[in-house]
Amino acid sequence: MPGSDTAPGAARAPEAVKILIAGGFGVGKTTMVGSVSEITPMHTEEYLTEAGVEVDDLSGVEDKGTTTVALDFGRITLTPDLVLYLFGTPGQQRFWFMWNDLALGALGGVVLVDTRRLETSFAAIDFFERRGIPFVVGANGFDGEHLYASESIRDALALPHGTPVVPCDARERASCRDVLLALMDHLIAVAAAQPTPEPAG
Amino acid sequence: MNGSGTGGRLVRPFALVGGRTQPSRADFTLITLVTTVDPQPAPVTGLQPEHLMILRRCRVPTAAAEIAAHLDLPFSVVTIMLCDLLDDGRITTARPPVQASGSPDRALLQKVRDGIARL
Ligand SMILES: Nc1nc2c(ncn2[C@@H]2O[C@H](COP(=O)(O)OP(=O)(O)OP(=O)(O)O)[C@@H](O)[C@H]2O)c(=O)[nH]1
Ligand SMILES: [Mg+2]
Repeated sequence: MPGSDTAPGAARAPEAVKILIAGGFGVGKTTMVGSVSEITPMHTEEYLTEAGVEVDDLSGVEDKGTTTVALDFGRITLTPDLVLYLFGTPGQQRFWFMWNDLALGALGGVVLVDTRRLETSFAAIDFFERRGIPFVVGANGFDGEHLYASESIRDALALPHGTPVVPCDARERASCRDVLLALMDHLIAVAAAQPTPEPAG
Repeated sequence: MNGSGTGGRLVRPFALVGGRTQPSRADFTLITLVTTVDPQPAPVTGLQPEHLMILRRCRVPTAAAEIAAHLDLPFSVVTIMLCDLLDDGRITTARPPVQASGSPDRALLQKVRDGIARL
């Protein structure tokens, strides 16, 4: 049967980490998740109250001003004991950014932008900045070519210093991989710049 | 069949969890990995079909979000069922190595990077 490999220390329980893929509606979030996921992207939803918290008391949820927020996600098994989940946030729903569990424990984020309508991704950038979650910008070339230089995109988005802007095509697996690699390099650089935590005491 | 999409949808999940309030859901994040205990501590009688589906699927460690996706139920509802199973000693959970945002372990970041580079 599966999981019967139980010799002490033999099968380490896997660990799971996650990265968020955010951005305005129709910028290619679901496409990116699907391009790199080893499974067909899955879909799940959650109730949020208008106060923006996960619903704790499900009785009477119908009349409490709740809303449903949907997201899709994919999985990449990086090693036998490390699994990466990519969560694509919903582009058009207003309350997704108040879903606390979505942000909690995320390694970092990718903000996809459509260079013809950058403003649709402002909310996603605010989301990561406000929570102190490092992110990179993936500039999706819907025009067929990348008409805008990374520098002008950076200026237009008023990105925090050092935030990478990577041209990409969300339909291409290799391109998505490169965006994720840019994110990991950024995360490693951010971690290296942080003071090492003092041992307790 | 009920014609309105949301009409039937909101009611059914509460039936599943018996209108229970204040569950202790803290153990379950979207990427908490759930594993079915083998052998089960007691015969699997009196469980709902959804509980049984969870037990079947989690013979290999499965993220809570995947369970919700497969059951096609809202995440809150699924975490309550997972709480039941955890209370009964039928599943175990592995908490994600990164709990809060900020300064994850450097070695972990490097391991994730290496894995992505192999894509
Ligand atoms: N030219 C081009 N088209 C793309 C690219 N990425 C996605 N598309 C197309 O853009 C459309 C929208 O892509 P989605 O992946 O559904 O976008 P989304 O961000 O998930 O959309 P919402 O969830 O509705 O906010 C689809 O028809 C894709 O095929 C890209 O990099 N280049
Ligand atoms: Mg989408």
